[in-house]
Amino acid sequence: MRTGICIFMAAFIALGASWCGFVLAPMLQLGGAKQTVILQSADNWPQQRTGEATLGLQVYRAYGCAACHTEQVRQTGAAFEVTLTSLGTQKAADFKDFIKSLMVVPDLATSSNSIVGSLDKWNGELPKTLYSGDDGDVASALADHLKPVGVKTETRIIATGPDIARGWGSRQSVAADYLYDAPVQLGSLRAGPDLANIGVRAPDANWQWQHLYAPKSTTPNSTMPSFKFLFEVRAVGAAPSPDALKLAGAFAPAAGFEVVPKPEAKELAAYLLSLKANVPLYEAPFTPVTLAK
Amino acid sequence: MNPTENKSSCANEIDASLRVPLLALFGGAALWLVVGLVLGLIAGIKFHAPEFLSACPLLTYGRVAPAANDAILYGFCIPAALGVMLWIFARLSQMPLALPLVPVVAANLWHLGVLVGLGGILLGESTGHPWLEFPRAAAVLLFAAFMLIAVSAAATFGWRKERTLYPSHWFMFAALLWFPWIYSTANLFLNSNKVPRGVVQSIIGWWFANNLVFVWLALVGVGIAFYLLPKIAGRALANSGYAQFAFLTLILFGTWCGVPVGAPVPAWLPALSSAAAALTIVPLLAILIITIKTVCGACVSCKGGPFCFVKFGMMSFILSGILYISAACPQYSRVLEFTWFGVAQTQLQLLGFAAMILFGAIYELLPQVMGKPLPFPKFAKAHFFITMIGVLLFVVPLLIAGVEQGMKLHSGAAFADANAVALKFLRVSTTGQLLVLLGALLFAANLLVMAIQWKLGVIKCVIAYIKSPLEASETPATTEVKS
Repeated sequence: MRTGICIFMAAFIALGASWCGFVLAPMLQLGGAKQTVILQSADNWPQQRTGEATLGLQVYRAYGCAACHTEQVRQTGAAFEVTLTSLGTQKAADFKDFIKSLMVVPDLATSSNSIVGSLDKWNGELPKTLYSGDDGDVASALADHLKPVGVKTETRIIATGPDIARGWGSRQSVAADYLYDAPVQLGSLRAGPDLANIGVRAPDANWQWQHLYAPKSTTPNSTMPSFKFLFEVRAVGAAPSPDALKLAGAFAPAAGFEVVPKPEAKELAAYLLSLKANVPLYEAPFTPVTLAK
Repeated sequence: MNPTENKSSCANEIDASLRVPLLALFGGAALWLVVGLVLGLIAGIKFHAPEFLSACPLLTYGRVAPAANDAILYGFCIPAALGVMLWIFARLSQMPLALPLVPVVAANLWHLGVLVGLGGILLGESTGHPWLEFPRAAAVLLFAAFMLIAVSAAATFGWRKERTLYPSHWFMFAALLWFPWIYSTANLFLNSNKVPRGVVQSIIGWWFANNLVFVWLALVGVGIAFYLLPKIAGRALANSGYAQFAFLTLILFGTWCGVPVGAPVPAWLPALSSAAAALTIVPLLAILIITIKTVCGACVSCKGGPFCFVKFGMMSFILSGILYISAACPQYSRVLEFTWFGVAQTQLQLLGFAAMILFGAIYELLPQVMGKPLPFPKFAKAHFFITMIGVLLFVVPLLIAGVEQGMKLHSGAAFADANAVALKFLRVSTTGQLLVLLGALLFAANLLVMAIQWKLGVIKCVIAYIKSPLEASETPATTEVKS
């Protein structure tokens, strides 16, 4: 550290290394990312947003919604469930004995107590959950061993974690979800709830408008400021507008007036409705509830 | 290796060369600090009364909050730090500032850039990337201004009479290289017409934010502290062998922090970032040891003087560093992410560390550069105590709020409950914001009165010059301004 060149080289190497690591390498790894395939489906993920929702992303950026809302769901783990749906030609008692004989298999030995125990009081009702726990190896081993016997089982993967329990999503957010966002606004503070799946939780545009116009009218304990400037209060014309907000009580406009969204409000709501990260992907698998029945 | 330079006639010449550039940099910075804190206060009040100013689309929380942060970082911290760096470079080089007119132009360009940037954010032209919100026009101005100041600083450094390098040199010289690199990278990738796809944007954004808010401020703040603490204490920097170690480990490990633990990106990125954060303990400890050994036993009576500011700043630096590292630890991150904890850490870094050290440095150097004492020395003392209490009241409740909110969210409580817990603490932290703003007003009063006094003096000089017979008409007035 005797000369300026030494300092320059030290700083150059240190910053250059992190530039290569956190700018260049992610560009090489993800810069050419393409759509991925949704598990157990022929569809691709994610879909490009359509007109209004694309504009809405810019409204979301311009008003800085990401200062209070995140768009990312965290998952702490996964639970697995093996459910017996049909016994085929087997009888319930024989099946119980078969399961007991299976417990010598090394993969299943660790969970034998819970699996056998769950069958103690079982009288043949279907569907019957055979295994429920966080060990994916046990679940797949059990399913594999039951397949050749002629009974039918279904294996479910369920994402777990406080965000999932709160209903903010059915799986964790992954890089693929943000492929078409520009800018990507993940957010870093949850002064308001997470919005990664707001389009699933509140799929009605009128609800979204109403919430933007007067947050307390839909969510009484909300701390969100109202965005009344995105709406127009006007006298009802010959016929009420189909877009007019369905406001009640203290939030309703004076008689003879109606509240209609301006284009920005419509775009923002369209963007919010487009926020749905609810399909299983290779890197974030889960079993959608509708398929498990 | 001792910065207590021999006071010679040279010192006066150095101070005179710095007068105009520093006034230009500091004057605007003081104004932006007040603007930033007022915006921050508006943002804070919105949590107590959501409908406060909600009818004005320019002042939504999402616009005011980033504008406040940017006004404090880009408006105050960076130009003030550049001014202090110019002074320290000139002092350590034992020669007047090279190209003194360049920083004056640059300072005005910089402040224009901040004005354009803040206006852009309030009008909805923000880029949407944290710490990089300024629109393109502002970014170009800021980059050009920084390069101009860097040229002047590098020239002063290159033509130095005193050839031995001092630890502060390493930190500040690295900072000069740092900013243009990270700012140009971030803007070229994120603020261009063709942005990278998907989360690559966020990754580059985190890299930039970490390198600016954590590493750049650390380089500048620690560099200034390593110059001022020994100088005021009148003794050599303790363990200067550690200083080199601290510098190298800080730039080696600190640059890799910043990617949040659970981020939706390939897992190697957060893993690498967490490991780097754990290693960043090493430079923090080294800096802590150097600071304690330099400060302890120094017979400096400091009742609110520059020494106090710098000491408090270094304490905040260590604390904010530890908080930063703990938030990168996977076990804690699960609880602390997405809460007020991160906001508190950032504010401690900005106001408790960077701003405090810069206040101290400006109070120390300004009377020397201007050649006369501060107009309101009592304000400076009051400023220290008010800001210290203000920062603590601002940050500590937010930290507690973050932990409580995080525990509630992590235990699976309903969102509204977790939010309600945090609101209690926000009440206290707004009081802290108010105190910090009060302190900033005292600071701005001192600085602006000094600048006005100096300008009046210059005008008087010019008038006297014009009135004096004959030879006056030949000499342009600008040379008078510089001398």
